[in-house]
Amino acid sequence: MVGKGDLRADHKAGPPVIEASRGDRGFLEEVVRRSGVQVRRCFQCRTCSGGCPFVQAMDYPPNVLLRLLLYGRRRQVLSCGTIWLCVSCNTCSSQCPMALDLSAVMETLRIMALKARAPIGRPNILEFHEEVARSLERYGRTHKLGIMLRYKLLTGSWFSDLDVGLKMFAKRKLELFPSRIKQVHEVARVFEGQLRRKKK
Amino acid sequence: MSSPRGQEYSYFPGCSLETTAQESNRSLMRGAAIMGLRLIELEDWNCCGSSSLPTLSKPASLGMAARNLSLAPPHRPLVAMCPRCLHYLRSTLKYLKEHPRKRLALEKKFDRPIDTDLEVIHFLEVLDRFGLARLEAMARRSLKPLRFVPYYGCTLYRPPHLERHHYFQGDLDRILVALGAAPVNRALAYRCCGSFLSVTNPEVVTPVVNEIMTSAVAAGANCLVTICAMCQLNLEIRSTVKKRVPVFHFSEVLALALGADDYEDWFDRHLVNPRPLVQQVVAGG
Ligand code: SF4
Ligand code: SF4
Repeated sequence: MVGKGDLRADHKAGPPVIEASRGDRGFLEEVVRRSGVQVRRCFQCRTCSGGCPFVQAMDYPPNVLLRLLLYGRRRQVLSCGTIWLCVSCNTCSSQCPMALDLSAVMETLRIMALKARAPIGRPNILEFHEEVARSLERYGRTHKLGIMLRYKLLTGSWFSDLDVGLKMFAKRKLELFPSRIKQVHEVARVFEGQLRRKKK
Repeated sequence: MSSPRGQEYSYFPGCSLETTAQESNRSLMRGAAIMGLRLIELEDWNCCGSSSLPTLSKPASLGMAARNLSLAPPHRPLVAMCPRCLHYLRSTLKYLKEHPRKRLALEKKFDRPIDTDLEVIHFLEVLDRFGLARLEAMARRSLKPLRFVPYYGCTLYRPPHLERHHYFQGDLDRILVALGAAPVNRALAYRCCGSFLSVTNPEVVTPVVNEIMTSAVAAGANCLVTICAMCQLNLEIRSTVKKRVPVFHFSEVLALALGADDYEDWFDRHLVNPRPLVQQVVAGG
């Protein structure tokens, strides 16, 4: 599967043209500052993309994303799906010959995408994270059944995964009732003003 | 015998072991009891803070981890089994050490001090301190029937800034070999299990999990042993290949080797039936 913006895919129409001088320099600086990673050191060896277990599903492989970042393609980078598909497994970070912590870059980009209200490349994944956060705010712990139910409802993917859900339920892997902490008010203090509220 | 104090630990179960992976928790408690270790559950612990929060709100994730640290009595180490929890609690401790003002603000929030000298360790480090020879001497059953892939998953020793702590590579192999099992090292032991993508995008996770499972079977393994409850779950629920082998949580096979008898309940909760293999261990022991 090749994403629409994949640089490799564009060669039939001639090489893609990116005018480096028109990029947003401030973008690169901001990512470096926030993540603490010297992304300029990347020499495009592609080790990161070769090792990433989920590269197949990404619109840009990690090394291409870094390149776009270097060119200051703020919008393109912040609205991509790659940053949301990244699960922070650190495979890339531990294998990069330049010791670049790419996983930290991905997290920085997710945070920046939220802050900039960029179009979310994989909205279902953000929905899931928000559902988890709500569970944490409510109980102090994750309640998997509740998260799954609300997530599946929200995204309308209810039937896609029913058999796995039922299997887990039969094995008592999904608890009906949440395990919750006693001092929920302490957690509430931690969450004060932190989560984006739902419009719906 | 060493002093009882040296064998007391605060224990942080984390959300998975508390619920979805109760069997890992129960077997861990069982194994620890047989070894004479006291794992004292951290009173009113909350999620470690690593789930989804680092992206949505840094302050909230930091606060969640910090609250756990503030609950831990300083005189005994805090033990985690879940690699994510360990990683998150440790890096938060490091952060609070380096940012005293943040720490003060959080202490005020909880009205409790946070001791930045607290030791946060993984259960494998507890075993390391316990001593392999001692553990071996305590074993009641041989794990000889197990040809296992030591499935470390992605988090235990990968995060770059935690590398200076205990280096976990090889720990699972060493311990299980001492208990009689045979390691199979030519399978994908570090490939990520898919984490939350297993819920949001199963179509992305299934091929990866199948790759892991197939590599284990091809290498001649008859099980995988992991220390991460989420890996265990994802590997079992998302693999669709015909030839599958069971995935054990490390604490299950440890307790089994130590002679635990209440294992029926744990293995009942597995999605790939481990019973035939377990029977072999029990019969042989
Ligand atoms: S592995 Fe490192 S140097 Fe190589 S392409 Fe990826 S980020 Fe760049
Ligand atoms: S940390 Fe993210 S980008 Fe890096 S290998 Fe893992 S999933 Fe891929």
